[in-house]
Amino acid sequence: MTSTSSSRPVLRRGDRVFAGTAKGAGILIMLILAGVTVFLVVEAAPALTAPAEDIPGGDGLASYIAPLLFGTLLAAVIALALATPLAVAIALFITQYAPRRLAQGLGYVVDLLAAIPSIVYGFWGVFWLAPKMVPFYRWLEDNLGFIPLFAGPTSATGRTMLTAGLVLAIMILPIISAIAREVFRQTPTLHREAALALGATRWEMIRMAVLPYGSSGVIGGAMLGLGRALGETMAIALVLSVSGGITFNLISSGNPSTIAANVALQFPESSGIDVNTLIASGLVLFVITFAVNMGARAIVNRRAEFSGAGS
Amino acid sequence: MAKRIDVSDLNVYYGSFLAVEGVTVSIEPRSVTALIGPSGCGKSTFLRSINRMHEVLPGARVEGKIVMDGQDLYGPDSDPVDVRRQIGMVFQRPNPFPTMSIYDNVAAGLRLNNKKMKKGDLDDLVERSLRGANLWNEVKDRLGRPGSSLSGGQQQRLCIARAIAVEPDVLLMDEPASALDPISTLAIEDLMTELKERFTIVIVTHNMQQAARVSESTGFFNLSGVGQPGRLIEFNPTEKIFSNPDEKATEDYISGRFG
Ligand SMILES: Nc1ncnc2c1ncn2[C@@H]1O[C@H](COP(=O)(O)OP(=O)(O)OP(=O)(O)O)[C@@H](O)[C@H]1O
Ligand SMILES: [Mg+2]
Repeated sequence: MTSTSSSRPVLRRGDRVFAGTAKGAGILIMLILAGVTVFLVVEAAPALTAPAEDIPGGDGLASYIAPLLFGTLLAAVIALALATPLAVAIALFITQYAPRRLAQGLGYVVDLLAAIPSIVYGFWGVFWLAPKMVPFYRWLEDNLGFIPLFAGPTSATGRTMLTAGLVLAIMILPIISAIAREVFRQTPTLHREAALALGATRWEMIRMAVLPYGSSGVIGGAMLGLGRALGETMAIALVLSVSGGITFNLISSGNPSTIAANVALQFPESSGIDVNTLIASGLVLFVITFAVNMGARAIVNRRAEFSGAGS
Repeated sequence: MAKRIDVSDLNVYYGSFLAVEGVTVSIEPRSVTALIGPSGCGKSTFLRSINRMHEVLPGARVEGKIVMDGQDLYGPDSDPVDVRRQIGMVFQRPNPFPTMSIYDNVAAGLRLNNKKMKKGDLDDLVERSLRGANLWNEVKDRLGRPGSSLSGGQQQRLCIARAIAVEPDVLLMDEPASALDPISTLAIEDLMTELKERFTIVIVTHNMQQAARVSESTGFFNLSGVGQPGRLIEFNPTEKIFSNPDEKATEDYISGRFG
């Protein structure tokens, strides 16, 4: 290895074009993000400074947004709690247990769920799922009513927070399970065989090799799903019956709305300061989504040393 | 407790491809048996059929009989999971679980066998296994670090510690030192000499000197052509194989006049 005396590395034209394009794309994304942020802040500003009586509801911005934020987070958390275990189970079945033909078919069907427009999920939720859930909610109220989540009284239409969470769960299921499937499939044979050679059963092998290897990928997938659940608009706007504030009661008809659904429902009839208020709520959603993504990244990075990505 | 292995008329298939044909051999307890032969002749395939790891590949199957101290490993009521708990394996590439600490790697097999082991007993066994693998002094201060933070040679000894922690009857090693430097290789060879007091050891190696140094018996595998099945050509005490083999092919291979 002899070092050349040239002071400057030679850059080929292709390299330069590619580097330029990549840099340009990166800058463009930052600009768009900055533009959105500036727009949200500028348009929200009047609502931030307005006297409390002018804000819809008459109690100020914070008490207007708080129930919406609560509803947004509650629906998303329910969706995530329901969808993640199911998605992991589906991904495990497809990658570890199912015969190849069945696995392909099943994977295809789950992926198709992602292609259904959210308005269709909304209609399905209102007209099919919600009424079907009512007897189940009655049962919950009668038998588990001592838990505040199921205190009731049961909504007669079934358009409850739990139904909304269920619909969201089905919507985010394909994202999480597609990512889980990919990472599980990539578990190195070396690690799978290490477990099997120790005398692990298939399930023990999955626990020793597949799940730890895939965990950060699953977390990443869940966060993508959470992002979609937080921002979902039409399905929630259709399914959720809104008349109430902050409550953990999941099966009654008095539910807080979510930020996105509220904007969709209120925006057409709003003007002046009302619009600024809605945009302020959008700013809050923007910040929350950002925070969720940062949090997910932190979780994934913290496990990086043990993740096997480096070995 | 070391056990003896008797293989008779073993054919090993990948789908319809016959990879190893007609192996009949007896492997003695408390000794090191080396398997040598050119690449692709089925050494790994044969080794993996002993602990029933062969069949984890789709379409892979085995015909014939392997008996370990009277226990028919492929018998109708023999469970491959049990077989693998009795016959440990060390792979060519070190494969500690990357998501587990050094300690947990060694404890992994113990936890499978005995879910409710006391912390103190587990600590003792982990230490004993790491000492057995000549790794204790190097890692005793960082048992909580990931297994992948070790060097390649250390990782391989960690894998040996993991395999011997469950006290198997037999230890299979597929080119355990081929990815290692000469010092680590010697460390592993010394280790084998110690371990054969307690285990039956079968090792696949491409290194003739290694086979000559560590083993009591040596088996030579060969195949007559591409697409043909590999066969066990000669099985004899190591001294005989390396000084005065019965078969011409063995002599050619050992003296480098092969192919
Ligand atoms: N997963 C597999 N599927 C199909 N055929 C295989 C598979 N693994 C190995 N074989 C074939 O089986 C034969 C024996 O392979 P094996 O890996 O046992 O050889 P080997 O003696 O261990 O070689 P090496 O010294 O290179 O490790 C070869 O012809 C190989 O191509
Ligand atoms: Mg091999």
